[in-house]
Amino acid sequence: MIGLLTRVLGRLPIGWLQLRHNPGRLAAATAGVAFAIVLVFVQLGLSGSLEETVVRAYRLFDPDLLVVSATDSDGLGEGSRLPRSRLYQALGHPEVTAGAPLHVGRASWLTEAGDTVALAVYAVAPHHRGVFRADLEAQLEPLSMLDAALTDRRTRSLDMGRFEGASPQAPVPFELQGRQLQSVGAFSLGGDFTGDGGLLVSEQTFLRLLPGRVAEAPSHLLLRVKPGADRARVAAEVTALLGEGAATVRPMEQAMAIAADVQLRDRPMGIIFAFGVMIGITVGIVVAYQVLSTDVADHLSEYATFKAMGYTRRFFAGIVMEEALVLGVLGFIPGIVLTQLFYDALMRQANLPLFMTAERAAAVFVGTLVACSASGILALRRVDAADPADLF
Amino acid sequence: MIDPIVVTGLDHAFGAGEARKQVLFGIDLTVARGSLTVLMGPSGSGKTTLISLMGCLRAVQAGSVRLLGTELKGAPHGTLEALRRRVGFIFQAHNLHDSLTARENVLMALQVHGRGDPDRHQIAVEHALSLVGLADRVDYLPARLSGGQKQRVAVARALVANPEIVFADEPTAALDKASSHTVVQLLRALGQARGTTTVMVTHDPRILDLADRVVALQDGALVA
Repeated sequence: MIGLLTRVLGRLPIGWLQLRHNPGRLAAATAGVAFAIVLVFVQLGLSGSLEETVVRAYRLFDPDLLVVSATDSDGLGEGSRLPRSRLYQALGHPEVTAGAPLHVGRASWLTEAGDTVALAVYAVAPHHRGVFRADLEAQLEPLSMLDAALTDRRTRSLDMGRFEGASPQAPVPFELQGRQLQSVGAFSLGGDFTGDGGLLVSEQTFLRLLPGRVAEAPSHLLLRVKPGADRARVAAEVTALLGEGAATVRPMEQAMAIAADVQLRDRPMGIIFAFGVMIGITVGIVVAYQVLSTDVADHLSEYATFKAMGYTRRFFAGIVMEEALVLGVLGFIPGIVLTQLFYDALMRQANLPLFMTAERAAAVFVGTLVACSASGILALRRVDAADPADLF
Repeated sequence: MIDPIVVTGLDHAFGAGEARKQVLFGIDLTVARGSLTVLMGPSGSGKTTLISLMGCLRAVQAGSVRLLGTELKGAPHGTLEALRRRVGFIFQAHNLHDSLTARENVLMALQVHGRGDPDRHQIAVEHALSLVGLADRVDYLPARLSGGQKQRVAVARALVANPEIVFADEPTAALDKASSHTVVQLLRALGQARGTTTVMVTHDPRILDLADRVVALQDGALVA
């Protein structure tokens, strides 16, 4: 190993040898860097989870365009409601081929243990076609029965096993907000940061479940356009057709991107996660700087000797950067292992989608090396204190 | 052939204003190639300052120091670094790197000149360590060496790259009589065989008889 590094570097790997010489300090430094890496990974994981849970609800539906209220709707569960008449206006555009209203509400499920489970309730007209995910559309017909529902098999804090065999022929009864409902099938959505799961019902069932809502004021409209049509252009034209300030029409992908962006950049949770990432990076830089600067201080007389021998500043920069990069690599390995364990535990406990992606791992690895290098550059200033004149 | 060290009218002071204290006064000194010159004098007489100025470890303030034909006063940093690579230093404190073995500490004096041939480097390092009686300690870390052995590693480190000048500060202070004799004889032999010039600060009277020249300093001025 030493021989190999010597050939690669063209000199003895003094940085590595120095770190290895003090195993206690190396272990503490590695643990510190690993801690910072876990912190960053967890914040990025939660941030990614927030984004995933936001767009996951959109993926239940498969329209080309989403019509939302003009000014205040940045997510499926947000914003003022629209007049149902907008749907008929939109269908007047020659390139809009289908449309359906979508109602979104919240309902509370009181468990036998007395706990409350918050559900996002999505209400659709079962006879509308072409705006739902294909596998889901095949299950919608039974929702025409009053008080029928599709239950979310990934609902948090509930034993959803009993609904697994639910079908129109063998409905499974359950109670929600004081109403007796029948599960006639299951779909997969899962909880997010504000709710525990979802429920799909017909408009009629939705209006009975949430008496304050009316059929004439859906939350959003789902539109399908002719195959090959330019979605952005049609969206702009439908917006104009509905009248200025009446509604905003967005291609579905754009609506998803905006919803995720708003959650990550403008809402407290996304901002908190972003701060968490910054704190993690700062902790990493401080830990690495402390280790490197202490190491430089401990070797000042040796560095002064090297200066007396004619070694240049580039040589010392090489040693310090070598140490910084070794710390980064050594800290990253336990960091990513611990993060995976943490992700698994959090996914089990909180039922949140937390996955390690190759892009995230690569980004954090590169970020770790950059942060450690920054620490190295800061610590390098201390090498200037090594004065060979003090050796005599 | 030029003399490797020529000092002319050298003054040096530490501090500024009222705290300024001059430690060298008008030093004139020429050291001949291949000679062993001993600097003597009481503590505070300026020996250490003089040797560090001649070794381009400290900036020359007034007067002139020509080292290997190069004027040190006002010389750029890169020139000083290049000159340091042509000289060897033996410090009173050995200053070995604690995480490097004896072999690696000595190797550092060769690697400052570039990658070189690793096999030839190893041969040179082992030869240098064997010359100071440490052939059986080449892979020892400094923590496993005695004070005298560490000092001998420092001597090997100073000599391994065949320096043109060796500056030594009390190089035999940590050595027993036999080891001291070996080291000084080695420096003398290098002077005769390769023309290596040695300037040594020492209080060791055993060395005076081996020196080609003894220079005495008192209160910052040459007295002999």
